[in-house]
Amino acid sequence: MTLLQVDGLSKHYEARRSLAQRLVGTPRSVVRAVNDVSLTVAKGEVLGLIGESGCGKSTLGRAILRLHEPTSGRVTFDGTDVTALAAPDLKAMRRRMQIIFQDPYASLNPRRTVAEIVGLPLALHGIASGEEARAITARVLERVGLRASQLDRYPHQFSGGQRQRIGIARALVSNPDFIVCDEPVSALDVSIQAQIIALLLELKREFGLTYLFISHDISVIGYLADRVAVMYLGEIVETGPVAEVLDNPRHPYTQSLLSAVPEVGPRRDKARVRLQGDLPSPLKPPKGCKFHTRCPLAIPACAERPPESRGVGPGHVAACHRLDGNLSLLEPVR
Amino acid sequence: MTVLLEVSNLHTEFHARAGLVRAVDGVSLKVSRGECLGVVGESGSGKSVTFSSVMGLVRSPGQVTQGAIFFDGRNLRDLSREEMRAIRGRDIAMTMQDALTALNPALTVGEQLAEVLEAHDETLPTGRTARRTAIRDRSVEMLGLVGIPSPEARLRQYPHEFSGGMRQRIMIAIALACRPKLLIADEPTTALDVTIQAQVLELISDIRARLGMAVVLITHDLGVVAEHCDRVMVMYAGQVVEEGPTDQVIGAPCHPYTRGLLASIPRPALRGQPLTPIMGQVPDLVGLPPQCRFHSRCPLAQPQCLVEVPMRDAGPGRRSRCLRLEEMA
Repeated sequence: MTLLQVDGLSKHYEARRSLAQRLVGTPRSVVRAVNDVSLTVAKGEVLGLIGESGCGKSTLGRAILRLHEPTSGRVTFDGTDVTALAAPDLKAMRRRMQIIFQDPYASLNPRRTVAEIVGLPLALHGIASGEEARAITARVLERVGLRASQLDRYPHQFSGGQRQRIGIARALVSNPDFIVCDEPVSALDVSIQAQIIALLLELKREFGLTYLFISHDISVIGYLADRVAVMYLGEIVETGPVAEVLDNPRHPYTQSLLSAVPEVGPRRDKARVRLQGDLPSPLKPPKGCKFHTRCPLAIPACAERPPESRGVGPGHVAACHRLDGNLSLLEPVR
Repeated sequence: MTVLLEVSNLHTEFHARAGLVRAVDGVSLKVSRGECLGVVGESGSGKSVTFSSVMGLVRSPGQVTQGAIFFDGRNLRDLSREEMRAIRGRDIAMTMQDALTALNPALTVGEQLAEVLEAHDETLPTGRTARRTAIRDRSVEMLGLVGIPSPEARLRQYPHEFSGGMRQRIMIAIALACRPKLLIADEPTTALDVTIQAQVLELISDIRARLGMAVVLITHDLGVVAEHCDRVMVMYAGQVVEEGPTDQVIGAPCHPYTRGLLASIPRPALRGQPLTPIMGQVPDLVGLPPQCRFHSRCPLAQPQCLVEVPMRDAGPGRRSRCLRLEEMA
């Protein structure tokens, strides 16, 4: 059953023009941070969203929750059009849709105690107050691996991993159905990262949660996601079941991304694709396929028109002009 | 291979308000010429401080209190500040994790490259114009070497005009300008995306092979070590806990911490299986008792572990700081 459906969602930002530029009529330059993205997340599923910094994956996560107001497109959550909701209804809907942020230092108010931070959603949604709220908060805190005796401490008294647990408790306390996990483990050390991932998976099973898990770390996504969407410059270039996409990537960008991941374990001669150059500026994205400037397989057509998304396997979709020839960058090295 | 850098029993301490922090506690290591040593550890393990100590860059309230640092036959701790300054940048170069703060925002990239060459390169001609041309040519060559397109034009630009990957390359270009014998790369790719990370690491390996330079790669990413380093040294709470050839340490770790780290890395092959994270967190370095520092998080800990544990041989070229290392095999 589909829990979340995103149709043609875009988020554009206008770059500021100086007075002089406005007077001479310089056209507005627009950053298309998220451009016409469609995806679905089934109930109980983990959809992994991968891409490099600046590709728009965090903006997409926030636009889905309307933390950033989308420019166009539609988000449907459990049958309700979230994009059309007025403020009070949106607030009620937010009880069911939560977010965990990347930076466990910046996302907690340093002047509030843990009880206040974690208990705030209870007050906002009128779920509980006073002693009852404190009891619920304590219970959630213990569930995420902290102690009830730490309720009256401030964020600076905790380590990075513990702060991330506080952030998780805050997302969990209103008993949501869906959580956007925006790089929740990227700022943590390896051993702490594993603790948090294990916790998120336990909570998912226990409370029947659905995650949109945003990460640039393909190993993490490969470990915990059911399906994966690959994003490049504001657009989704490939989606599919995680095993299918990781073992049989069809888009040249996915292929090069996967081959760049350094792996622990016995060295095997894996094919290497080294991309040339950096991510183009989103202010001046390339015409046609946005990846053509770095793509080793690009042909003239790639610079002319954007490719259509096409099915390449069960539930596996890619947007590339060169899918027909079954070309792959991943020829094994000799 | 001859030894280029040999550090023995290094101690670096910081006088913090909370008390004395032994950030580096008896670290010994060797780097041979042309070799790539990986240094792995989590934040606070002392990996960066160890190599800042080697570079003579530890400032008050920190202090190197004990140990010897032999580089190319000389004990760096006996050198004066001027002598040390001559070695830094010319014989040993270090790149920092955050290129944006390590580069000077007020100087162009060309000026920053010229600074290093002016200070250290004795082969430059003395005539003013000839010298300027020589520095320019070398700068262009270095930027070309690290793969920056149209280097002549880029020399006149400031650090903020470059992307993250490009800045990291510029720092590497500056570090390599005087063809050092040893490059210390402190988390060179942590701030970078994987495709850019692969480009930068390949670049370092490539230049290492071409210039015959030794590299110390400080990182928290075991995958990076597995793919780029000959030997690896694992640090925990200010001490080396395990060292040896990379494939052996990663294939068959003989310290519970290394084993725990490897088991903590999520990867597609482990889907559906529970991760086995290391429980708890790194101990506070203030006032640590002389005992195994990992015992509070160690699944193999026993009452006997509450003593000072020395590094012990664990096979050819391998050492581990664990009382129970025989049982780990």
